[in-house]
Amino acid sequence: MKPLPEKFIRALKVPVFLLCLGPAFVLTWKGFHDGLGANPIDVITRTTGRWTLTFLLITLSVTPVRKLSSLTWLIRFRRMLGLFAFFYGSLHLMTYVWLDKFFNVHEMLHDIAKRRFITAGMTAWFLMLPLALTSTKGWIRRMGGKRWQKLHRLIYFSAAAGVVHFIWLVKADLRRPLKYGAVLAILLSYRLVIWLISRIRARRALATQQAASA
Amino acid sequence: MLIKKPDDIASSEITPKSAYLTRRKFIAGAAAASAALAGGFYLRQHLGTEDIVHAGGTKLSGIVKSPLSASEAPTSFKDITNYNNYYEFSTDKYEPNGLSQNFRTRPWTVAIDGMVKKPKKLDIDAIMKLAPLEERIYRHRCVEGWSMVIPWVGFPLSALIKAADPLASAKFVAFQTVVAPEQMPNQKQSGVLDWPYVEGLRMDEAMHPLAIMAVGLYDEVLPNVDGAPLRLVVPWKYGFKGIKAIVKISFTDSMPPTTWNRMAPGEYGFYSNVNPQKDHPRWSQASERRIGEFRKRPTLMFNGYADQVASLYSGMDLQKNY
Repeated sequence: MKPLPEKFIRALKVPVFLLCLGPAFVLTWKGFHDGLGANPIDVITRTTGRWTLTFLLITLSVTPVRKLSSLTWLIRFRRMLGLFAFFYGSLHLMTYVWLDKFFNVHEMLHDIAKRRFITAGMTAWFLMLPLALTSTKGWIRRMGGKRWQKLHRLIYFSAAAGVVHFIWLVKADLRRPLKYGAVLAILLSYRLVIWLISRIRARRALATQQAASA
Repeated sequence: MLIKKPDDIASSEITPKSAYLTRRKFIAGAAAASAALAGGFYLRQHLGTEDIVHAGGTKLSGIVKSPLSASEAPTSFKDITNYNNYYEFSTDKYEPNGLSQNFRTRPWTVAIDGMVKKPKKLDIDAIMKLAPLEERIYRHRCVEGWSMVIPWVGFPLSALIKAADPLASAKFVAFQTVVAPEQMPNQKQSGVLDWPYVEGLRMDEAMHPLAIMAVGLYDEVLPNVDGAPLRLVVPWKYGFKGIKAIVKISFTDSMPPTTWNRMAPGEYGFYSNVNPQKDHPRWSQASERRIGEFRKRPTLMFNGYADQVASLYSGMDLQKNY
């Protein structure tokens, strides 16, 4: 397949960017139009939380989709999608810090230590933080591609912590969080399978080499 | 595993020139969205057109005001009926109102059995005439950490118990919700809760004048979403004790099972009294968000009814008997 022209990719980034901002705009619009129901803070918390997980999963599906479909240009959108996961995650965290805890540090530390779903959620956000900070071209250069990529595998753990955070906070009926868990499991198993295959191949190659040199 | 051939993610591919612009736009967008979100919320708080008291339901007549009512401003009808846990319909608080619109509340009978002189079935219309209907404006505290002030219409549970005529040896009263999977979508699902929903009270709790059977809201017949035609309201306990759409009341001498206790015994006890000092294992119960208010308020012991009900639990360790 022919790669997409540079111009086209650049042009495409604008609508994709606006689409990614959509959930935040809808939430804002509803906020202005009395559309957030009886407990607006609850709606803001849930919506931003769901979109954080959703963007994490979309980001994680870029590589499998790209490999399986030969749509190689998808990689050009991965950083934007990942940063949107961080954006919604930060809004989600701000909702907690500001609207739920009103910047009461003591209460928050108590929560993080005592409530395991908050511990998991905080972990998920803190794992995203270095990824967002090193998302620039300069940081890739400074770190070197391999090390950068190693660091950015933290997203697996961030997404897993996010799903666990969701599972641990529901009272009953795990169906919703488990849907996210199932998609994440598929995306991570894909990588595991690829990794296993490459290891087996490498071993075989090594064995052949040794056999040849013996 | 992810280490690819260099041509796959050449660094020139990763950051094209346009990305600088994108990033700048991203930061601006993020800032604008955050500000707009905060602004929108602020406006809703301060300029919102709220508290349109709903009209249109069937009016109940002969309601007398009760001295046991709270003096706080009631939550709007819209919020009471659109933000509500009713797991038989949905685990989402916004959905039960729509999903319960066609729920049938007539004909409706309530079976009385167990340790009673004579088991019987009472018709809902007869039940509604057992005692004068009273308006009881009560604080309502959900175990999830939100609260409302609700103008129930009902009568003391003690009046219904008197009509049920239990044996003196009965120590507990157990309640059961209707099983109607063709009308209650989640009763067809597995993995939500065990159906039917069951609840229970100790006899002295049930006989307390604050415990009521509700049949109305805002002077009208109880909306389906709030547990029509008959629900329990025990204002010093967490909201889930207020079992809805009751079809059976049984008297026993042993503590009856309760749905949420069976589901997660470490999280929900039989008593489930509102207690700011006893945290839910996963979240604090020290404060609550009153629907319609911006900042949280402290949760009161027994939901502010300590003067009336604390004596029911004297000598009990409320950390253990949660």
